[in-house]
Amino acid sequence: MSALLTLPKLTDAPQVAMRDAWGNGLVELAKDYPELLVLDGDLANSTRADTFAAAYPDRFFEMGIAEQNLVGVASGLATLGYVPWISTFAAFLAKRALDQIRVVVAQPHLNVKLCGSYSGILTGKTGKTHQSVEDIAVFRAMPGVVTIAPADANELRAAMRAMMEDDNPTYLRLTRDPSPVIFPDDYRFEIGKAVLLREGGDVGIISTGVQTIRALEAAEMLAERGIAASVLHVPTLKPLDVEAIVALAERTGTTVTAEDHSIIGGLGGAVAETLAEHRPTPLRRVGWHDTYGESGPNDALLEKYGLSSRHVAEAAEAAARAKS
Amino acid sequence: MSAHATQITPFTRSLDELAALSAETRRLIVETIHHAGAGHLGGPLSATDLLVNLYFDVLNIDPARPHWEERDRFILSKGHSSIALYVVMALRGFFPREELKTFDQIDSRLQGHPCMKSLPGIDMSTGSLGQGLSPGVGMALGARLKGLPFRTWVMLGDGEIQEGQIWEACFTAARYELDNLTAILDYNRLPQFGWPQTGGFTRSRPIDDPAAKFRAFGWHTVECNGHDHADIRRAFQAALAHRGQPVCVIAHTVKGKGVSFMEGDFNWHAKVPTDEQRDQAIAELTAGRPNGREG
Repeated sequence: MSALLTLPKLTDAPQVAMRDAWGNGLVELAKDYPELLVLDGDLANSTRADTFAAAYPDRFFEMGIAEQNLVGVASGLATLGYVPWISTFAAFLAKRALDQIRVVVAQPHLNVKLCGSYSGILTGKTGKTHQSVEDIAVFRAMPGVVTIAPADANELRAAMRAMMEDDNPTYLRLTRDPSPVIFPDDYRFEIGKAVLLREGGDVGIISTGVQTIRALEAAEMLAERGIAASVLHVPTLKPLDVEAIVALAERTGTTVTAEDHSIIGGLGGAVAETLAEHRPTPLRRVGWHDTYGESGPNDALLEKYGLSSRHVAEAAEAAARAKS
Repeated sequence: MSAHATQITPFTRSLDELAALSAETRRLIVETIHHAGAGHLGGPLSATDLLVNLYFDVLNIDPARPHWEERDRFILSKGHSSIALYVVMALRGFFPREELKTFDQIDSRLQGHPCMKSLPGIDMSTGSLGQGLSPGVGMALGARLKGLPFRTWVMLGDGEIQEGQIWEACFTAARYELDNLTAILDYNRLPQFGWPQTGGFTRSRPIDDPAAKFRAFGWHTVECNGHDHADIRRAFQAALAHRGQPVCVIAHTVKGKGVSFMEGDFNWHAKVPTDEQRDQAIAELTAGRPNGREG
C-alpha cells in the first residue's frame, strides 16, 4: 500500500469545474502531442472544448448535432494515427452513439478518447434527459474500453496525460460544476490504480468521480462521531483495481460504495461482483437506485436522491455499527 | 497485365479483362457461399462489377503493403456483401484464393462482416448498417490534414441509407467540401424483407431518386449502369474530376446479377444454393452473360 496523499482541508480547497480543466488540459496536451484532435457535437462552449478551438483552430472539427457521425468520423481519423478527443455530453455519447462506439471504436480497438461531459446528476438544471446515470455500466460492459472518472480538476489533468500515453479507446467521465481540488498539482495518474485517500479501520468507503469528495466529507463527519473510515478512490472503473478493493475489505471488514451513477452496473455493481467473488464482505451502496432524475438545484438533487455526503456518512455509520 | 500486379495505372485495363474478372468473381462468390453453407448472395452479386472495377482499375493500392499510408481507402459500408470484397481482394493478391474456403469458419480472417483487425487490407470494420460513411469522412478529413493525396471510397447499400447516420455524414462531408471522398450507392432496390402497401406487399423499393437526396445534402451525383464496366469507368472518372464537393455515384444494379434464377429475387438475399443450383449458376456464369438479363 502506497503512502497516503496529503490532502488539503476540504473547506480550504479551491473550487474548479472539471470541464474548465478539461478544456485547458487539451490545450496543454496539444503542445506535446501533435496527433491530438478535438471533435465537437455543437456543445464546445458547454464542454469547454471552445478553449481548444480558440488555441488550435486547425485541429478542431465541428461535427454538429449528430453524435453517431461524430464517433464514426473520429474512428476514421484514428485509423490515420490521430488521437481524436470527443466533446459532447455523457448522456448522448453513451447512449445515442453506443452502437457506433461498439462497432467502429471498441471492436477495431481504435484510439478514440470518448469524453462525456455533464455526467451524473448535477447537469445544470437540465433534468433527466441530460443526466447520465448509466454511462459507467455501459462502458464497463463493453470489451476493450478503459473507463475513467476523476475526482477533481488536478486528477483529471493527470489522467488526460496518462490517456495520451495509452493507446486504448477510453471513456472519460466529466462533470459540469466547480468542486474542490484535492489532488496535488504534480499528481501522476496511473490507469487501473485505485488511490487510498484516508485510512481508518471501522468501515471502508469506496468511491469514484466527484462523489469521492463527498465520501471524504462523510469520513470527516464519521470521525466526529468516533468512527474511523477509510476512503478508497477508484478513478478507473475498468480495468478495476481488484487487489486494492479486496485489500480494503480485508482491513475494514465492511464496505460502502459511493457514486453519482446507478448502482446497477456502476461502481456499486463492480465492487459487489468483486467482493462476492474474492472476499465476501458486507456492502452498502450509495448511488442511483434504478430511477431517473429531474431538474433542480444541486443540493436539492443530492438530498432527494440520496447522494449527499450525509447519505454516505449514514450508510457508512450503519455499516460500521452492524459490524460490532 | 497480370491480375496480381501490385500498383496499377488507373483506367487502363481492357473492358474484356474487367468483364472476365467479374465473371470469375461471381463464380467464386457462388462457390464460396455454397462451400460455407452460409452468407449472402444477392447483394454481393449486385456489387461485383463495381468492386472489380475499383480494385482492378481505380484504387491506388498495393496488396504487398496493405497499411501503406498513401493508399486509397475503401470501406464496404454494406458489410454483409463481404464475400464479394473478399473474392476481389483474393484475386487482386491480398491473400491466397485458397483462403476463401475459410470464409465464416472459426478462426478465419474472413469474418462474416469485414473486420480490420483480422484482415490486412480492410480499412474499416463494418457490419452494423449505416455506419461506413462517417469513418470515410474521417479518413478524407485526415488526408487533407496530413496533406496526403489519397482518395476515400465508401460503398453504400440502398437499404442502409434509410439509417439517419448516413445523412449526418453527408451533411458533414458537404460542410467540409470533401472532394476526396466518393460514395458508391449499390442501387439494387431490393431489401431483405420489404414494405406493406395497399392491397398487398412489395419487396421492391419504389424508385425514390436517391440522387436528388444526395444533391439536397450538398453532394455532386453521377449515375451509371453498375454492371457495365465502360459506364462505371465513365462515372468513376467523373467523380475523380469533380472539385469542391463530395461525389456520390448512383450505380443502378440488379440484386443477384449474373445468375438467371437469382436476379431480382429477394429470396437470394442470404440463401445457400443447393448442389444443383450451384452447378447451374456456375454454368451460366461460365457461358457468359456479361450484361445479364438486359444484355
